[in-house]
Amino acid sequence: MIKRPFLGIGKPKLSYALVPDEVQELKVPKSVTLLLKDDDPGPGGGIEAGAAVKTGQRLSKSPESPNYVVSSVTGTISAVFPYAGTFGQIYPYAGKFGHPCTAITIDADEKDTWDDEYKGEATLDTALRFFGCLPGKPSFQAFADPGKTIRMIVISGQDQDLLLTANQAIVQNHMAELKAGIKVLKEMTGVDRVLLTVPEAMVQQAISTGAEVKALSAVYPAGLPHMVMKDIVGTVVPEGQSPEDMGTVFISAEAVAALGTSVETGRLSVSKMVTVVRKGGNATNLKVRIGTPLQVLLQGCGITVQDRDRLILGGPMRGMTTYSGQLPVEADTDGLVVQDRAESPLLGDHPCINCGECIRVCPVKIPVNMLIRFLEAGYYEDARDMYDLSCCIECGLCAYVCTSRIPISQYVDLAKRELALREAAEAENE
Amino acid sequence: MNRELTDKKLVVSHAPYWHDGRTVSSRYRQIMLAALPAVLMGISQYGSPALGMISLATASAVAWEFVMNLVLGKRITVGDGSAAVTGLLFGMLLPATAPWWIVVLGTFLAIIVGKQIFGGLGLNPLNPPLLALAMLVISFEGIFDFNAALRNYELGFAMTYPLADLKALGTAGIDKFAIGDLFMGKQIGGVGATFGLGLVIGGIYLLIRGYVRWELSLSFLAGVFVTAWLFHLADATAYAGPMFHLFTGYTLIAAFFLLPEDSSSPVNFIPMLVFGALAGLMTVLIRNIGAYVDGVPFSILLLNLANPLLDKIRPKAVGKVVENA
Repeated sequence: MIKRPFLGIGKPKLSYALVPDEVQELKVPKSVTLLLKDDDPGPGGGIEAGAAVKTGQRLSKSPESPNYVVSSVTGTISAVFPYAGTFGQIYPYAGKFGHPCTAITIDADEKDTWDDEYKGEATLDTALRFFGCLPGKPSFQAFADPGKTIRMIVISGQDQDLLLTANQAIVQNHMAELKAGIKVLKEMTGVDRVLLTVPEAMVQQAISTGAEVKALSAVYPAGLPHMVMKDIVGTVVPEGQSPEDMGTVFISAEAVAALGTSVETGRLSVSKMVTVVRKGGNATNLKVRIGTPLQVLLQGCGITVQDRDRLILGGPMRGMTTYSGQLPVEADTDGLVVQDRAESPLLGDHPCINCGECIRVCPVKIPVNMLIRFLEAGYYEDARDMYDLSCCIECGLCAYVCTSRIPISQYVDLAKRELALREAAEAENE
Repeated sequence: MNRELTDKKLVVSHAPYWHDGRTVSSRYRQIMLAALPAVLMGISQYGSPALGMISLATASAVAWEFVMNLVLGKRITVGDGSAAVTGLLFGMLLPATAPWWIVVLGTFLAIIVGKQIFGGLGLNPLNPPLLALAMLVISFEGIFDFNAALRNYELGFAMTYPLADLKALGTAGIDKFAIGDLFMGKQIGGVGATFGLGLVIGGIYLLIRGYVRWELSLSFLAGVFVTAWLFHLADATAYAGPMFHLFTGYTLIAAFFLLPEDSSSPVNFIPMLVFGALAGLMTVLIRNIGAYVDGVPFSILLLNLANPLLDKIRPKAVGKVVENA
């Protein structure tokens, strides 16, 4: 954890980890668990215990369903059960906290047998059908959406959160695949303008990919899509909208490299690069099969976890803690940060003392001191209309600097969710 | 499988998982630490009465907060240090010989009337020590007559309150004060308010550590300086120069300890500058043409009232869609 330096007139600066950590590949685990987004969780549609699956096989409950997973190993399904979300509950609504899932556990054989349904095509249809489970979880929905005109693709060659270096490692080590992926991406989507954002030091190296290379600031939150839109692309995303609404799709460098490999070899990439950060801050990039249980990663790095430690999926500013080491690495799990209980900051119940730290640190200039008063009182509509709730990009910096240690991020999340539920209810009544 | 890990109880919480390490109580401890040089100088000048008065102010402020916590049935908040800071700052404004009942009444006004009835920490619209001071000044005549209060002291420099001399005699009355002596604390006044060097050291410490917003302190000092300088230019015999105003009365303690009080001051950049500069302007206006000897309490309280309005001057949030009717 980075504490505030002794002297600090201005706002604290949190810097990204820019130099890729050493890469280490783990062998195929004994079993993997895949999470299939599913409105009716449980076995069905041929996905049941005892079924044999091959590496790269597309698993879906019905041929029409848009939801699928790609098996990352060859073996036999040993269990199919409804999955409890990160917080131990099945959430009845879609969104940040997840969607009901069916967890499919597959006992892996040592040798891979590759499925031959995917043969190396590179069209938008195959992208929707197969590429949604590539490492990095690229989404091609926006290209197929007639309501959206996509004019630009931004490839993130720098991780969005602190400490993580998985994408930096891809840019450093997998230049050829990245180049191939960019070519495929351009042909597949028909989008000409492809930006590649990398740390300053990697600009020279990245130019050879043929993309338009832009250097990102090393200071958090420069890597978040909304900040890249504002600082690099030059388009401010209006509140309540996404970069895709503005004609820009974000894809991680890892996903693009996986795309390149998959199209070239005709085999879907099934390995994910995960930055594992030990308690001391020492990090390793592990290349593992998607679905590998987290504890296999921890064992691979020789990490022991104690009671009341935290396991953070993602980075320290925006990640999600998880309650069990048995949960799997998913296609979009960029990092696994192990935080010692002594390092975990406690929240307080002091009221806002109006010190103004949050105002200075907010990258989108929200009057957090006023916002939090409205959120605490439950006036969510006023918070949105007068104090810019919907402009929040959830970088977490205000909570990081809060002297009173108010759970600001929790309040913001709660308010956004309440407002979304109210809007949904209103739409239903009309 | 590693049974050991699956048995472990992990903590699940919301991002972010980092914090810069500061707390409310560490903030107030640092403010008290920064106030110490000026307080120690006051105690060394005025001896045990000053020590007793400062201690009583701090202790009674904490006691009032404790009483109010009990009365309101709230969590006991005396440990966070905010009451102690309020009491300490209030004590620093008083003459060393202030009677005990003034001290206790003052901290009652500061803690209960100034803070707790508005909801406690973070919710006070006015600066508590200054509110208490102002209420005492207008309630009891002569209670802040430093010349009378400190008449039994002989410390080796002019034993008259510089601002009172200025008010009564014009610049002719302040020839005996050298600017350097004033800055080194060779003047009478509030126990913790006269030692300019100590206040500046404490203030700069708070500034560079980020506990006090520099915009507030510096714009206040600039406001005092410029206004006093303009008056001095207009009539050098009636109005003292800017340095005199900076180093006398409550100017320095206001700049670094009173004006930047969190709850009653703005947080946005432009409002902070306006707030500080206007408070500085008002201070000198009251000193030069108003009825009171020192304008600091009233100028800051007045600007405190304007704070919510001033703080509405803020940048548009990135991405905010303003719908014009």
